[in-house]
Amino acid sequence: MSILIDENTKVVGQGITGRDGAFHTKKMLEYGTKVVAGVTPGKGGQKVDGVPVFNTVKEAVEETGANTSCIFVPHKFAVDAIYEAGDSCIELIVCISEGIPALDMVKAIKFLSDKKVKLIGPNCPGLISPEKCKVGILPGNIFKKGSIGVISRSGTLTYEIATHIVSTGLGISTCIGIGGDPIIGLKFIDYLKLFEKDEQTKGVVLVGEIGGQDEEEAAKYFKEYCKKPIVAFIAGLTAPPGKRMGHAGAIISGGTGTAKEKIEAFEKVGIKVAKEPEEVGTLMSMQI
Amino acid sequence: MKIHEYQAKEIFQKYGIPVPFGKVAYTPEEARKIAEEIGEPVVIKAQVLVGGRGKAGGIKIAKTPDEAQEAASKILEMDIKGEIVKKVLVTKAIDIESETYLGIIVDRGSKKPVIMVSAAGGIDIEEVARETPEKIHKFAVDPSTGLLLHQARELCFKIFEDPKIATKSSAILLKLYEAFIKSDASLAEINPFVVSTTGEVWALDAKINIDDSSLYRHEDIEAMRESQSIGTDEATEIEAKQKNLSYVKLEGNIGCVVNGAGLAMATMDLIKRYGGEPANFLDIGGSSSPEKVTNAMDILLRDKNVKAVFFNIFGGITRCDDVAKGIIEAISKMSISLPIVVRLTGTNESLARDILTLNQVPGTALIPASSMAEGAKKVIELVKKTVNK
Repeated sequence: MSILIDENTKVVGQGITGRDGAFHTKKMLEYGTKVVAGVTPGKGGQKVDGVPVFNTVKEAVEETGANTSCIFVPHKFAVDAIYEAGDSCIELIVCISEGIPALDMVKAIKFLSDKKVKLIGPNCPGLISPEKCKVGILPGNIFKKGSIGVISRSGTLTYEIATHIVSTGLGISTCIGIGGDPIIGLKFIDYLKLFEKDEQTKGVVLVGEIGGQDEEEAAKYFKEYCKKPIVAFIAGLTAPPGKRMGHAGAIISGGTGTAKEKIEAFEKVGIKVAKEPEEVGTLMSMQI
Repeated sequence: MKIHEYQAKEIFQKYGIPVPFGKVAYTPEEARKIAEEIGEPVVIKAQVLVGGRGKAGGIKIAKTPDEAQEAASKILEMDIKGEIVKKVLVTKAIDIESETYLGIIVDRGSKKPVIMVSAAGGIDIEEVARETPEKIHKFAVDPSTGLLLHQARELCFKIFEDPKIATKSSAILLKLYEAFIKSDASLAEINPFVVSTTGEVWALDAKINIDDSSLYRHEDIEAMRESQSIGTDEATEIEAKQKNLSYVKLEGNIGCVVNGAGLAMATMDLIKRYGGEPANFLDIGGSSSPEKVTNAMDILLRDKNVKAVFFNIFGGITRCDDVAKGIIEAISKMSISLPIVVRLTGTNESLARDILTLNQVPGTALIPASSMAEGAKKVIELVKKTVNK
């Protein structure tokens, strides 16, 4: 097992003919992901690395049976790409695009709420179930299959931590970059629920950062419902208040959302918090 | 993006929210003229983007034009939490009967706009939220219908006893919601929202934060920025953003260049943990072209506190050899005398290390590090040596 994606996942790339879309489609194919279709309105009939391009997502789904969408569409059109995927019986939408206005996401998430579809991101690197499938832009070569689930609000920091997990001899069941925006689809607790049920996963690494209350919510959820151990790392202890640290969602506002509060919330419920990225792997091996 | 009170009030007026008459003054003389024009007692308010200006003495009441001029001369050029006051808002004083709070935020938890109203107005709402959260009434708006009249009324009846005032206020709350949505705000608040002794309602103060991601469709709001922040740290941050870099200046002396926001924060944290002081947050993003590296160094080195630089690059999709080339190209052009510690991990890292050792630029010490922790320790050592010299 693994969560959300595996060897049966069939991907449609929205914005497949763009620079990023084409580049990462190639990388996904090389990794073994079944990219079965692409969509760029007006470019139906073309091929990208042998993958057929359609004008609409509906058409792509009907023709190829794609069940997962990966969005590489520029930010001005990305939210419509989410609506289109939601309207086309897609089960999982992974939105890589960055820079979608928060109020657009508020509406899009409401729109998706009465459909059977999950949204990852926006502004995320995607996810990978090592040696089975990757959807997005994560570098496949650093991941090894194993029993640790990883959920992170970041990109390169996730790769850094994944490397330390792998170097301690552990592997990864599924690793998800959940997105750096304030308004995102699935959040930490949604993934914790899935990992808790997943047989392959024995422990979860949670990589958080300043801003919002999602880590605090995750801590509460862990205390109530989780049997599998969590090791956490929080970035931004030195971040000044009121400043956006790269990610739209990484901001301490009104004195809340500090790294210190998040670390305390985790430690209070017995979650081990690594003091630096290198410690994550060691702490996890001690837990499982 | 934060905007000034007078700019937020311009937006309020556009949507029909009542704002006391006022104008912006850049000199004490101008403040005097505006006070004369108003012909009644006025309030002189520092226009700064930081909070807490009232406590810092940035708001004064003036009964006469003379007093207005004097108050403005005291407030202009005042340093409020590091921000120098360049302009004041001179506005008609209102005789206050009651002060309340009306606000709207984009709530990350519920993923909806959330309305907040409170009878405890005129004080810091975050303080109210901490001390007496029961005094704040909240309502999450369904984004597909928007705020409805009866919902606004229900909220206003919770904070006003007088039904006439409650009705008037609910109409204003609806207008605030409209302003919030149409401006793509992340926060819009009226604090205090006042009822005057004559029974009128006014937005005495105005605060709007705009979602940065939406600025591409709000040229009018983007233009407000230009008059704001020349010569400040924020101006450098904005310039960085235009070059697709994300930069925040800090107080330390170790410059950081990192790819990825999370890793950039973790790098700062690690430097601090090992006893150093980071000079900045700097995320150069995914693709690291030589131009990006040059731009990053240019911005970084304007901060004269910087004594050494730490490149922390995790090459995932980005190839480390490309970044290494970028670093060499950047430093050959720029003649940099500060030591640079370079950590490059990931795709093609050994190639990258070869490039860095073979192409040393005279005058610039390039020190390789094999991990983030090692790099942090090395750069701290270097800074200690420079400082002790």
